[in-house]
Amino acid sequence: MSESRSKRVLQLRFAARAAELKGVREAVREAVKGCGCSAKSSGDIVLATDEACQNIIRHAYGGESDDVIEFEIEHRGDVLVFSLVDHAPAIDPSQVKPRDLDDIRPGGLGTHFIRRVMDEVEFLNPPSGRGNLLRMVRRID
Amino acid sequence: MEHTVREEQGNVVVSFKGDVDLEHSPKAREVLLGCVEEGQDVFVDLSAVSYIDSSGVASLVEAFQASKKKGTRFALVAVNAAAMRVLELARLDKVFTIHESLSEGISGGA
Repeated sequence: MSESRSKRVLQLRFAARAAELKGVREAVREAVKGCGCSAKSSGDIVLATDEACQNIIRHAYGGESDDVIEFEIEHRGDVLVFSLVDHAPAIDPSQVKPRDLDDIRPGGLGTHFIRRVMDEVEFLNPPSGRGNLLRMVRRID
Repeated sequence: MEHTVREEQGNVVVSFKGDVDLEHSPKAREVLLGCVEEGQDVFVDLSAVSYIDSSGVASLVEAFQASKKKGTRFALVAVNAAAMRVLELARLDKVFTIHESLSEGISGGA
């Protein structure tokens, strides 16, 4: 990952509401396509980042609210780095895991989509020391 | 998201258009479960779905499971590439009955 070629290609700040997500998806699709992602990869990335936002709304904030989600995409060489920050109480990353897909039931797929699409997924301490920072990395293809 | 429900040759056909996402999947779930609850065979047309997320997929899974309990048929038809990609990622493309077209589904059964 080349730090020297790092460039922020998208920075969003929006309320933790479902109605905000369509606009976020459109902005993400345009940004990642502009970085050279194929249509298929762009669709996958849109899905994964949308699911990450949904996890924040549903699980970190416990439902829709006017609390803020900060979303940023950085283009670093041949990868894209996605950062999502919320101001909810710190979550336990060990509880954020995909379910067994052989167990056919509604729900629990969002984290699976994120893990399938992204090359790296990790929770870090946010700069402010409060809330949660989800960092995801995806190679451009 | 928009939806229509119509009858065709004794089957219920539910068509969704637009984004079946966190904002709209509660409505999709309500429509699908309502149709299944009536005890009719249900075909879900996904040709005009521009985006579907895990909550939309969950609505389909829930209706599919309800139909199994009812002993009725439930199938997806005309699934476009965007929706099929999401079903593949969820490995549900082998779980749902999927037909190329509505006519194929109705003639072949779900």
